[in-house]
Amino acid sequence: MNELAITVIGRDRPGIVADVAEALARLGANLTDSTMTRLRGHFAMTLICVGPAAADVEAALAPLAADGQLLATVRAVTPDGETTPTGEPYVLAVHGADRMGIVAAMTRVLADAGGNVTDLSTRLTGSLYVVVAEVELPPGSSDEVAGRLARTAAELGVGVSLRPADTDLL
Amino acid sequence: MTAEYVGLDGWTPEALAVPGEVRPVVSAPDPVLSRPGPAVDPTSDEVVRLAADLVATMRVSPGCVGLAAPQVGVSAQMFAVDVTGHPKAVTLHGTFVLCNARVVEASRWKAGREGCMSVPDLTGDVKRASRLVVEGVLPGTGRPLRLVTDGFEARALQHEIDHCAGLLFLDRVAGAHAIYQRKVYL
Repeated sequence: MNELAITVIGRDRPGIVADVAEALARLGANLTDSTMTRLRGHFAMTLICVGPAAADVEAALAPLAADGQLLATVRAVTPDGETTPTGEPYVLAVHGADRMGIVAAMTRVLADAGGNVTDLSTRLTGSLYVVVAEVELPPGSSDEVAGRLARTAAELGVGVSLRPADTDLL
Repeated sequence: MTAEYVGLDGWTPEALAVPGEVRPVVSAPDPVLSRPGPAVDPTSDEVVRLAADLVATMRVSPGCVGLAAPQVGVSAQMFAVDVTGHPKAVTLHGTFVLCNARVVEASRWKAGREGCMSVPDLTGDVKRASRLVVEGVLPGTGRPLRLVTDGFEARALQHEIDHCAGLLFLDRVAGAHAIYQRKVYL
């Protein structure tokens, strides 16, 4: 069974998801994990699907991209790409005046501590820049990481918080 | 006639006077989890036995603070709760089982991340009332109960009442990016 990584990005309009999903369904491609959102007026989809050959999916998506408003890429990936969790889940929030390098500096702190970013989104609205990330940190490292994040944030002139994403089992 | 609702008054699962058996817990997408359960007769032998089984199954499941009948494959409005010892619990009433429960007052809504034994691989951010009044009846005697609680016990009660209505936390998540792969296993 082929596993494919597909990205589609383009000027937002109603019907992009339906068009792409229909094209994939016709080929017998099963959407597994996907994430889709609107970024600055562009609709962006990243998805993993299993089933058809990459060339068939490229051909099926080509008509959608024909007007130059959508860009679609298809790539075969190794199945079972799941990674084992590396530690404890935390939510990182950063906000402040926009400037270059906020994501780079903050995520470098996490990487240096052996932390893994599992989800991240940024928003710029007016001059306010916001980063929210889900990260896994090595057990017992959160206090030290929080300290380093606070120092880096102070250098950048932004605010930062790191809190456990603790789940209650009900 | 309006039932006069009272508190637990020291009710414990021992009042059921039957030994509970551990039952297998079903996982989504089992359709029993999506079906609203019928009201039960709290004095029937079958319901009393199920109540004892829910308590027994909850007790052997690590980290489990509540278990509803649909989670053991029985479509019915009944659940067991016990948040004793949970770090987020403020008000708590120990172990109890409620039949035909309904929320009569809910306020102070707060978001929190929930997991569920029947959805073992996902968690989600769900808004729940942190002040709650619930009415139901106790299995066995059928005595009406009115429970006033808050915080974590309130969240647990809403989660279990949802199960009885055929709803999972997945039906209540805050948005498209509010579900997550579960990362920590107990």
